[in-house]
Amino acid sequence: MTVTMRALLGATALCAAAGWARAETLTIATVNNGDMIRMQGLTEDFTAKNPDITVEWVTLEENALRQKVTTDIATKGGQYDIMTIGTYEVPIWGKQGWLVSLNDLPGEYDIDDLLPAIRGGLTVDGNLYAAPFYGESSMVMYRTDLMEKAGLTMPEAPTWDFIKEAAAAMTDKANEVYGVCLRGKAGWGENMAFLTAMSNSFGAKWFDMDWKPQFDQQPWADTLNFYLDLMNNYGPPGASNNGFNENLALFQQGKCGMWIDATVAASFVTNPKDSTVADKVGFALAPDKGLGKRGNWLWAWSLAIPAGSQKVDAAKKFIAWATSKDYLALVASKEGWANVPPGTRISLYENPDYVSVPFAKMTLDSINAADPTKPTVDEVPYVGVQFVAIPEFQGIATAVGQQFSAALAGQTSAADALAASQDLATREMTKAGYIK
Amino acid sequence: MARSVTTRRKTVVTILAWTVAFLIFFPILWTVLTSFKSEGDAIASPPKFLFFDWTLENYVTVQERSDYFKHFWNSVVMSVGSTLAALVLAIPAAWSMAFVPGRRTKDLLMWMLSTKMMPAVGVLVPMYLIFRDTGLLDTRTGLVIVLTLINLPIVVWMLYTYFKEIPAEILEAARMDGASLRSEILYVLTPMAVPGIASTLLLNIILAWNEAFWTLNLTAAKAAPLTAFIASYSSPEGLFYAKLSAASTMAIAPILIMGWFSQKQLVRGLTFGAVK
Repeated sequence: MTVTMRALLGATALCAAAGWARAETLTIATVNNGDMIRMQGLTEDFTAKNPDITVEWVTLEENALRQKVTTDIATKGGQYDIMTIGTYEVPIWGKQGWLVSLNDLPGEYDIDDLLPAIRGGLTVDGNLYAAPFYGESSMVMYRTDLMEKAGLTMPEAPTWDFIKEAAAAMTDKANEVYGVCLRGKAGWGENMAFLTAMSNSFGAKWFDMDWKPQFDQQPWADTLNFYLDLMNNYGPPGASNNGFNENLALFQQGKCGMWIDATVAASFVTNPKDSTVADKVGFALAPDKGLGKRGNWLWAWSLAIPAGSQKVDAAKKFIAWATSKDYLALVASKEGWANVPPGTRISLYENPDYVSVPFAKMTLDSINAADPTKPTVDEVPYVGVQFVAIPEFQGIATAVGQQFSAALAGQTSAADALAASQDLATREMTKAGYIK
Repeated sequence: MARSVTTRRKTVVTILAWTVAFLIFFPILWTVLTSFKSEGDAIASPPKFLFFDWTLENYVTVQERSDYFKHFWNSVVMSVGSTLAALVLAIPAAWSMAFVPGRRTKDLLMWMLSTKMMPAVGVLVPMYLIFRDTGLLDTRTGLVIVLTLINLPIVVWMLYTYFKEIPAEILEAARMDGASLRSEILYVLTPMAVPGIASTLLLNIILAWNEAFWTLNLTAAKAAPLTAFIASYSSPEGLFYAKLSAASTMAIAPILIMGWFSQKQLVRGLTFGAVK
């Protein structure tokens, strides 16, 4: 009897231990966008291949997610095994030693297949600290019918002067058609993402090699004056409140002649279910000013493992699955090539099935036109195209964004907005110890 | 003549009341309507009020993508749990402040309220560290504790104002009849203050249900309540307004229904104390 009891107890303990060992659960924090949601839907493919791992998702709006994961990683809270972070966080967190290096992903992962521009933005001191899930840049989306009506042809690589000329020709305020729609809502990831990328093409920079802010220099004045002139004359009313979603809604309803924004918008504006202009959209590279830099940005939502995680091996397995060539093929087999997460792998753009997707080439060309390590015309001490990868940037750029948004709303002049921005950026950079 | 003026005034007041009520209710109505639209109709300009293709598609998507009942249950546990815990602590505190005030009672009340004046994010990191070290991150117990502490000043204040309305002589009489402190609070004070306690309870449940800073920042996958459920449908890049509205409607529906059934109690309680 006792022996039987012991055997039973032993067996139960063994089963429990086996169950315990089997149930390794990965908690993954991610943003709410189409590609990420699709990945959640396809998780079964991963768990079928790795029956010893289960996956729990924490999906949040981008800013809420950023606050949460930053708090967690800075305090070593250990709530997440994998975090979805962007090209802004990776250089900062990598330098702090907060992330696990992914240099040792298995050979079949083919790390050299990652697009160099994206890989460069996720590498610190030779260590790849995050694997790109999808990459995006920005480009010009325009109405082919309105362009034709205006008697103009959009070049593949337009200049800012052409954009202004086309905006003037396409604007028909009586019929609520505005030549150009651009971001105006204040925020470091809102109007400042657009304006920082635009300023690169005008030869402007955030800081010189001594970290002194440069808003008192001519290139920034040229950038802001050109932007305000464009928006005040040919932009939609109330543009200082418009972000990505507001401009997307305007474009889909046929109220914008051109829209310069994230390449990810291409799949939305060409989707006949939601867009009234789906079959009348053309794409072009972001404009330049003849100085050798274009006004496009570079961003990649990427998967990273926080240092100190107890489940590094399982997390690496998941990352290798989600950012692999096989995953791209899996999405293509279920939802078609147009829905594959773009902008991460060279091989995707060599795939004849993918090359026929209308916005594929333009996305690749836009990504390749951005270099986070050399974002603007002059040499600068920072990394990042539409941002400066230092922790202080979010606060400073949001304050500067409020100044520029106020200038767009007509509450202040461009000169005053630039002067205020110079003052506040100098104050913050001095306080943070960059300016001695 | 006097009668006609009264009728006219009554009509005006009624119309005014309905207008104000409609204005206050409009955002909720709009959210509910948007939840039945397609994403395209949700952003249509001019906005479509009632004439659009009604669809349940968003509710189906939300149901497929998220585990609504898990979030719902977390919300119920944290709001009811924190409210009951706050009442247990606040009833004796409010009793002593209302019936045996000391020299510093007023200062104490003001100090309690002052804790509500600091932005929550100011103490996020210290709180996070305490939660990490005590293993309370992403647990319902942790949420109950933090919400109890956050809402305690309001609960004490509300109960204090209700208790002040109760004549101290009645309690004195009970004491003279030999009632102990426990019986005095439990059998004399509490039954008389039931409307006040009930409205405090209801209001506190609503406050806890809607709390979206701590519940978002201290949870991950396991204890995340409905606030996290809503936040998972918001996005700065992509059109999710209809789905977001469906998620919001599902999140506010339980508390709205509770408010509807208990409105009599709520109004009676709110007009009972000093808030009248």
